Parts: sequence; structure tokens; C-alpha cells
Amino acid sequence: MTPLTGYLLVAALLFSIGLAGALTRRNAILVLIGIELMLNAANLNLIAFWRYGPHPEALTGMMFAIFSIAVAAAEAAVGLGLVIQIHRHAHTTDLDQMNRMKG
Amino acid sequence: MSIVFYLLAALTVAGGLAAMLLKNMVHCVLALTVAFAGLALLFLKLDAQFAGFAQILVYIGAVAILVVFAILLTRGSETPKDGVFSRSWLIGLVIAAAVFAVLGWAVLQSARVLPHETAIPVVTVKQIGAALVGRYVLPLEIVAVLLTAAMIGAVIVAMHENVGHEKEGSK
Amino acid sequence: MIETCDQIFVLLQHWLVSFLPASWQPAAGVLLSVAAIVCVFPALFAVAVLLERKGLARIQNRLGPNRVGPFGLFQPIADAIKSLTKEDIVPQSADAAVHFLAPVLLVITVFMGFAVLPMGRNMVLVDLDAGLLLYFAMGASSELAVFMAGWSSRNKYSLLGAMRAVAQMISYEVPLLLSSVAVVMITGSLSLTKIVEAQNHYTWGLPHWYIFTPWGFAGFLMYAIATTAETNRSPFDLPEGESELVAGYHTEYSGFKFALFFLGEYVAMFSISGLGTTLFLGGWSAPFSFLTWVPSWIWFFSKLMLSIFVFIWMRGTLPRLRQDQLMNFAWKFVLPMCLVNLLAAGLWRFMGDGWLRWVVCSAILIAAYAGMGLAEMRKQRLGPRSYRYAE
Repeated sequence: MTPLTGYLLVAALLFSIGLAGALTRRNAILVLIGIELMLNAANLNLIAFWRYGPHPEALTGMMFAIFSIAVAAAEAAVGLGLVIQIHRHAHTTDLDQMNRMKG
Repeated sequence: MSIVFYLLAALTVAGGLAAMLLKNMVHCVLALTVAFAGLALLFLKLDAQFAGFAQILVYIGAVAILVVFAILLTRGSETPKDGVFSRSWLIGLVIAAAVFAVLGWAVLQSARVLPHETAIPVVTVKQIGAALVGRYVLPLEIVAVLLTAAMIGAVIVAMHENVGHEKEGSK
Repeated sequence: MIETCDQIFVLLQHWLVSFLPASWQPAAGVLLSVAAIVCVFPALFAVAVLLERKGLARIQNRLGPNRVGPFGLFQPIADAIKSLTKEDIVPQSADAAVHFLAPVLLVITVFMGFAVLPMGRNMVLVDLDAGLLLYFAMGASSELAVFMAGWSSRNKYSLLGAMRAVAQMISYEVPLLLSSVAVVMITGSLSLTKIVEAQNHYTWGLPHWYIFTPWGFAGFLMYAIATTAETNRSPFDLPEGESELVAGYHTEYSGFKFALFFLGEYVAMFSISGLGTTLFLGGWSAPFSFLTWVPSWIWFFSKLMLSIFVFIWMRGTLPRLRQDQLMNFAWKFVLPMCLVNLLAAGLWRFMGDGWLRWVVCSAILIAAYAGMGLAEMRKQRLGPRSYRYAE
């Protein structure tokens, strides 16, 4: 097993853990945490391929990962703002109770 | 495969698992911070120093604190009465396991055609800076606009509605 | 002889490490430097605590500790014995694991910052290419430790103090980074050793420190304001103001854990002053070219102690700012000034040598300062100053 395979497997494991959390937890904020884990796993994939790939001096992988970090931060901010506003409206962040379009 | 890699991978996966399994939300966020730190160390092991430090600065220094503030503002530190896992947790688990199976199978099957250069790339911050304003200037400017829009949007979305209603009522 | 004095710690390290087999030498060298840092800065912390209590006392027209030893010089030893032997009380409803880990995390992240500070010629622990970025990453991580301390105590006042402290620290993080970005722009590198070497030149005996340039002076002032707020020092110490919040986020800590928080706060002050001297005051370079015979580490530590003295002086002199006042100040005054400073630094770089760039940059900075100051002050209704004296 080459080092690259090891990193890719860790990234895949982290991605599926984040996916499992996003699909099974009730609280909206934990779904967002799961999404952040998935984004981080993708970043790990990018950096691993940049390191062990053919042209690391082109910096493509590292640039992609840095932009992904910035975009993930922006998305977390907006997502959490939405969660706060939903809590103010429905007085709960339980996703199982938000199954109606009315109200 | 060195022992350091196994330790860091175990730390990161343990942090991720704890983040998704713990009942107390603030404990989940702290476990997520451990996962972020483990990932930053993995980036440093992959000779991507700038990405590793940016990961610590942005994720641990900003995103984790943002999530913590959101938990405190939505009374997340009180334990819910219906349990923390939703009613359809089994389907979610099966889907995640299937995704991992597919990804893992794809990685292991293609192990012989994956690249494996081992020369350490020497990347200075000057090169990253030159690339950011040279080849990647358009993504840089777009990310700047995106961050400004996200900042203004988050403030407007989370602002109290009473401010707008009061102004309308006094007219 | 001068060379030996200057490099005495480096030579000592090489000599001690030469007793070990060759494969162990790099790791042993690093361990030795780490041990030195972990011993020196807590010792400086003891000195600083004593200086603070005596200094504050003298500013407030009283004596300060003078019982233990001549002029109270052994007071830190008494304080250490007290904090090590006091009972460690953990509230019953507190979250034990997080309550224990918060001071540990704070101390770890604060000491990690010293890894990239150049304390003398060739005296950096790790000469990283992105050294400044590591420093700020560790500074950002320490905010999480503050939050952990406040939340795990399950105490309303602790939580309130922690939220205020975290809000203040993230607000002032942006001016801190932006004022350092001006220095990075002019030097062209994030490496702290290169930043010091760029300031180590002399013209007519005067050094090229960045504080002696218009953008550097403005940047240093904003850096100083941001560091006072980042380390929760007066006049920005509302999160731990004794008269408002008992002790803020470390209310429920006693004994050794409180000592760790105290240590963390002072060592953070040292490390951020060290960064300030590296960025703006020339690090280990001497102030005049005829003084370069004095060892470089003496200059670094004297500038560090001078900054600590100014911190203590400010604590004794200025009144505390209210939370909304300090947040307004950060976002509406310091941040726009930092952006104007970046513009001035850019103009400085591209105007070339000469007297014109001094005039233009100073004019821009003074105009921005006066303009924004007038805009902010017009909203305040301030009457003439009145004094009350104790009878």
C-alpha cells in the first residue's frame, strides 16, 4: 500500500463519517458539522494528490485546497446564520420536526 | 507507511467519529476541532505548510468558534428529549457505509495506476503568492467577492427582524 | 570575543549536543532549545508579575508587596508556593474533562508561538518559511481555550466573560493581522528571520527599523492596540474585570489551574511583544550602529521588557473601556486605519527613495486619522473636563 493510497483511504473514511453524521443526526448544526468534515476530507484528497502527483510545482492542488478552505468558511457562516434564524422562528433546531412547508 | 501517519490518521478519524456520535453538542464541536487539528498535521506531513497553517487559522480559529457561538445562541447545550439520532438513522448509516465501500474499492482497485512520486516538492510562500496574483488571480478576486457577499448575507440573515418591523410601524 | 558573547547560547547548545551519537543530535538540539524556552519564559513571568505589582502600586501611590525578602523580591516564590498548594476546587456540575483541558490547551498554544521568534542572531527554534502564519494560527487557537474555560464552568458569569473575551479577541484579530501584512508586504517574506534581517541595516548610524517609517509607526500603534486587546489587558480587560465579572472566564479555577491561566496570559503578552519587536522594532538589531557589539539577545529581551513596562504603565493609567466601546473602536476606527496603512505602505514601496514618499505617506495617514477621528467624535457629547481630588 503506497502512502497515497493510505491518505485516500483516510479521506474516504472521514468523508463517510461526515456523511453518516449529516444523514443521521437531528440537530441542524450537527448536519453542518458533518458537511464541514466532508469538505475537509475532500481537501485532504486534493493535497495528497498534489503531493504525490506528477507536477507539484504547478501548485494546482494546494491552490484548490486553499480556495476550498475559504469557500467552506463562507458557507459555514451563511449556514449558521440560517440555522440561527430558523431557531428564532420555530424555537427548535430539530430537523425531524421541520417536516412541513407551512408556518 | 510511517508510525506518525498512522497516529495522525487515528487521531483524525477518532475526532470525526466523536464529533458525530457524542450527545453533548459542545463536546461534538471540540471533537471536530481535534479532527481539524489532526488534518492540519496531516497537511504538514504532506509538505503543504501553507495549507496546514491556513487550516488551523481558518477552521480552528474561526469556523469552530462560529459553530460554538451558533450552538450557544440556539440553546444547543440543553440535551434534547427525543434522543439525538433521527428516526431514519439506519438508512443514513447504510448509505454512508455504501459510499465508503465504493470509494475504498475504487482506491484499492486503482492502486497500481495511481501516481507515487516521492520527491519532496519545495514550495515557498513566494511561489504561492506569485501563483495567486498570476495564474489564479481570477479565482482570488471571485473568492474575495464571495467572502464579502457571504459576510453581508450572514449578517442580514441572522439580524433581528424587530428592527425592520419597528421602522415600518413608526412611519 | 564579541562574536562568542553574541552566539554563546548557540555554541553552548552545539557543545552539549556533541556528546551524543550523530543520529540523535538534531532531535537533542531541538529538545534543548525547547527546554531553554520553557525555563526562561516562566522565569521572566515571575519577574513580570513582581514588576507589575510593584509598578502598579507605585503608580497608584502605594508600596506594593514588600514583606517577602528585601523590597518584596521573593514574592513570586511565595506566590508559586501558594498556587501549588492551594486546593483544586472543581464545581460539581462542571464538565470535568473540558474544565481540565482548557488551561492545558491555552498553555500549549501560547508556548507554540515561541517556536518562530528570532531571539538573537541564529537563535530561532524553527526557521519556517511561513513563520508568521504559524504564530497567528496558534494565536487563533488560544481563543478556543478561553471559550472552553468559560463554558465548562457552568457558571453564568464565566460564560458571559468567555463570550466577551472571545468576541473581543476575534474583533482585534483582524487589525493585528492587517498591521503585520503591511510589514510582510514591504519585506516580501513571511519568514521572521528575513523580516529582522531586512531591518538590520544602518544609515548614518540610525537603523532601518520599520517603526521609523510613517506606515510602520501607524502600524506599530495599531499593532500595540490590537495586542493589548488580544491579551485582555487594560484598558481592554472587561472580560476579566474584577469589579464586573468576578474573574470572568477563570472564576471557577483555583490553585494550579489558575496559575496556568495566569502564566498563559503573561507568556502570551511576552510572545506577542516579541512578535511586535520582531516586526516593527528590528528584533535583535541594535538601535545605533556603534552599539552592535552588545549581544543580540540582550537587545531582544530589553525591547521585550520595555514593551511589558509599557503594558503595566497603561494598566495603571487608563480606565477600562466598555464592551460596545471597544468593539466600535475595533471595527469602525482601527480596521479602516489598517486599510489606509496598507495603502500607504504600498505607495511607500513604489515611490522609490527620496523625501517625497515620506511626505505623501505621512500626509495620507495623518489625514485619515484626523478625518476618522472627527467623524467618530462628532457623535459624542463631551463637556469640558472636570477633576475631583481626594480630600
